[in-house]
Amino acid sequence: MSEISTPHTPLTRRNILARPQSESLFVAFSLLIVSGALLFLCVLIVQLLIDGLPRFELSFFTGTPSRIAERAGIFPALMGSLWLMGIVAIFAVPLGVGAAVYLEEYAPKNWLTGFIELNIANLAGVPSIIYGLLGLQLFVRICGFERSVLSGGLTLSLVVLPVIIIAAREALRNVPKSLREGALALGATQWQSIFHHVLPNATPGILTGCILAFSRAIGETAPLITMGALTYVATAPSTPLSAFTALPIQAFNWISRPQAAFHTNAAAAISLLLVVLLTFNIIAVILRAKLERRN
Amino acid sequence: MNTGARGALAAHRADAIMRAVFFGCGLFSILITVGIVAVLVLEAAPFFKNVSVFTFLTDTEWTPLFAQKRFGVLPLLCGTLLTSAIAMCVALPAGITVGIYLSEFASPLVRTVIKPALEVLAGVPTLVYGYFALFVVTPTLQILFPSLPGFNALSAGLVMGFMILPMVASLSEDAIFSVPKALKEGAYALGASKMQTTLSVVVPAASGGIIAAVILAMARAVGETMIVAIAAGQQPTLTLNPFAAIETMTAYIVQVSLGDTPHGTLEFHTIFAVGLALFCITLVLNSASLLLRRKIRRGHG
Repeated sequence: MSEISTPHTPLTRRNILARPQSESLFVAFSLLIVSGALLFLCVLIVQLLIDGLPRFELSFFTGTPSRIAERAGIFPALMGSLWLMGIVAIFAVPLGVGAAVYLEEYAPKNWLTGFIELNIANLAGVPSIIYGLLGLQLFVRICGFERSVLSGGLTLSLVVLPVIIIAAREALRNVPKSLREGALALGATQWQSIFHHVLPNATPGILTGCILAFSRAIGETAPLITMGALTYVATAPSTPLSAFTALPIQAFNWISRPQAAFHTNAAAAISLLLVVLLTFNIIAVILRAKLERRN
Repeated sequence: MNTGARGALAAHRADAIMRAVFFGCGLFSILITVGIVAVLVLEAAPFFKNVSVFTFLTDTEWTPLFAQKRFGVLPLLCGTLLTSAIAMCVALPAGITVGIYLSEFASPLVRTVIKPALEVLAGVPTLVYGYFALFVVTPTLQILFPSLPGFNALSAGLVMGFMILPMVASLSEDAIFSVPKALKEGAYALGASKMQTTLSVVVPAASGGIIAAVILAMARAVGETMIVAIAAGQQPTLTLNPFAAIETMTAYIVQVSLGDTPHGTLEFHTIFAVGLALFCITLVLNSASLLLRRKIRRGHG
């Protein structure tokens, strides 16, 4: 065997044996990166819990904002976030699922459909802060809703609408075609076939998409700040037109203060946010696993 | 019979109504885009009446909130590009490697563990990353670089890189997975190992899709707000020094929104001018990524 190396390494016994080594090296390197990323996530969560746990007591969850960090609570923010989720559920879910049904079940293949699809893909990539500017002009000023929880909820609805549309389309696409054809063959109208057969079958997939949309909406901060959400609100919203604050805004407000005691509060509020989000994520993962098993 | 015919008629009427309703839902998404463009253009117009587009794009200082007002967007743009570039330095190599691994090498069991975990990483609100960058990453970096200021582009960029990593990984995994099987089998038939096939056949064939993923990630980094607003600072500086405190376009919008700038003033309209510039950048990046992916899909199909 000559020792001259050529650009195309000849197939020798030595380099057949060497091949799996390069592969295991690559796998090891990839796993190193993945563990690095997951370690980052773990450190983040553990650090937040260490910082925030001292404030996890009943008075923190039932209290109202205060100038004294140790007495401040998150009750108005918690209620504000719940209101926002409710408004997103009312507006974004039907609109998003409706648009998905149109695109998957009705839309003819023409330029308008192509344009709507392109438009939704682009909307999904618009930075959320831009939606905040839209909300500020459209809901706060033109519609005259002021800086209310309704304005905030509608702004967040626009932010998550593309998420819901994209997820719902995928869920609808996974419903077998034979189901629609069977219903139509029995004389059902298209709407009857969609309402009685397609939608019930797509529900778990749509639900997973909605959960992901909610977990996006509950942590969104930038659009609410840009829309002009107030950072100091002492009471929970009582009507859709009440002033509001939300968990991430309250946390951001505490982060921006110089005193370390407020940073502890921020960590506690964020820990709560993370617990909610992880719960959402676990539900979504379980739902999806069930779906895959069924298919 | 009569009632049956009436029932069928009602059913058809309901069908027509629902069709119109769903069409309305579809059209609504176009209205959102129209709304965004209209609001940004109409509200930025008063700004551009006072400051020429040329000054806006070329002046090297951004001081609209000071007595000596200068309106050059370049420092903000530079801050945005700096933090995005740092994030991409982390997310690109790591994300593409993980994408290749997940698509070609990982066992189904490993995939079912790693993918949801990466989704959690991508789903953490950016506010949380901002907290982490400011109170954990920056102090840690200050041990290595004692002169590092409390607000800096490096810490924000690094953390943003971890945030974007799952997105790059998942999109490049999709691109690599969609490479036709025949290409791989051809390489195996020629005696190439799995590693050789992956690196010299599959990844080059997926390069278009990987580039589309990278462009999309770039758009995400440019529009990212809370991490940079919390950890990168509020000092518009025309610098490429990662150790400096800077201000991004998004952070500026947040800064003005939190202040008490009266509605209708020139300072107020600056956020729409900056927003318009930001929207244009992300629109170009998103469209480029989208067109590239469409072209590839047509090529494979």
